[in-house]
Amino acid sequence: MTSVMAFAAAAILFTMVLALFRAARGPTTYDRILALNLFGTQTVLLIAVTGFLFGRPEWLDLAMVYGLCNFVGVLAVLRFSKYGSFMEDP
Amino acid sequence: MTDILHGIGAFFVVVGAVFCVIGGIGVVRLPDFYTRCHGSGLTDSAGAGALLFGLMFFADPLVAVKLFVLVAFLWISSAVSTHSLAKAAFSKGVRIENVPERDWTVPPPAPEEPPPEEPR
Repeated sequence: MTSVMAFAAAAILFTMVLALFRAARGPTTYDRILALNLFGTQTVLLIAVTGFLFGRPEWLDLAMVYGLCNFVGVLAVLRFSKYGSFMEDP
Repeated sequence: MTDILHGIGAFFVVVGAVFCVIGGIGVVRLPDFYTRCHGSGLTDSAGAGALLFGLMFFADPLVAVKLFVLVAFLWISSAVSTHSLAKAAFSKGVRIENVPERDWTVPPPAPEEPPPEEPR
């Protein structure tokens, strides 16, 4: 079990490195936002896997809260990039 | 019995991790923005779904319910965020690779009406 969880954590960390590469290189703004979204999802998975790796599955609550924050943050950045403000009626 | 369950769970965890790496490679290597959306969506749905489903086999019942809630939320939110991302990029005119350049935000011209057939 420990080796499986360690393999999954290593794979997730490698994917985070790939997402950071795309965020640094991406030609458009939307590529960077896509990489940010991918990085947030990988962080959720990493928290879940390391919680099982260290025998503390209570960290799943942190993973849920992080997923919510990531979703709201990505939508806010998209709205700002489309309308230029956070106002109700642009 | 526990060994069988842990074996099934380990299989799904490894499959999810491999899907995550494949999605990450796709995000780096695919040619334009919309295909990169496909890579990110693969990581979000197949990778995260299989990995968290595999973790359910290692968990107590309450923790398994938490994992199920997390999977449901991730599937809904990743679909919504990928859709809005592609829509915002499309409305800003991010170009599509291997497709001739034109303004995709205006509707195409209506096709010409065929001339009415002469009654015989």
